Amino acid sequence: MNPEIKQIIEERINSSKLFLFMKGTPEDPQCGFSAQVVSILNDLGIEFASFDVLSDENIRQAIKEYANWPTIPQLYINGKFIGGCDIVRELVASGELQGLVAR
Amino acid sequence: MLNRIRQKLEAAFPGAKVQIADTSAGHETHNSSGAHLAVSITYKGFAGKSLLEQHQMVYAVLKEEMKEQVHALKIKTRTQ
Repeated sequence: MNPEIKQIIEERINSSKLFLFMKGTPEDPQCGFSAQVVSILNDLGIEFASFDVLSDENIRQAIKEYANWPTIPQLYINGKFIGGCDIVRELVASGELQGLVAR
Repeated sequence: MLNRIRQKLEAAFPGAKVQIADTSAGHETHNSSGAHLAVSITYKGFAGKSLLEQHQMVYAVLKEEMKEQVHALKIKTRTQ
């Protein structure tokens, strides 16, 4: 991966305790899966920062490689990749996500 | 496409129980980029792996499909 893009990605995911790569914005998600993750985090009252991958095709492709994960959304907590929509849902249901956030 | 995906998963995860469904209906507004599928896989080999690792194993098998034909894959993994 292009080191410049990797650096940009790492700066972003480390810019906030929770960071979400998504399609669209939290106010105006452009995909149902991104919308679900935003809704889950909002319902839990958890703050997060985000980036709209539709605004940058280079980042959109690079984060798939970075996370070894082929789809968007992607949630990062403390700079670590957590998963996409299904995993976020399961981790919230089990309470694990709340534990990660509290850490 | 569903049959090929099932065959690939069954070949990659020997003895696994694989269920697959096309859930594209309801996503017509944005499914120009591919199908929405849901897979459920019960495989002993998932034991001891994190949820993230289990899902990454599934995506690795379907790497080619995920590039174009499949827009979204809902994954449910179980160990038994």
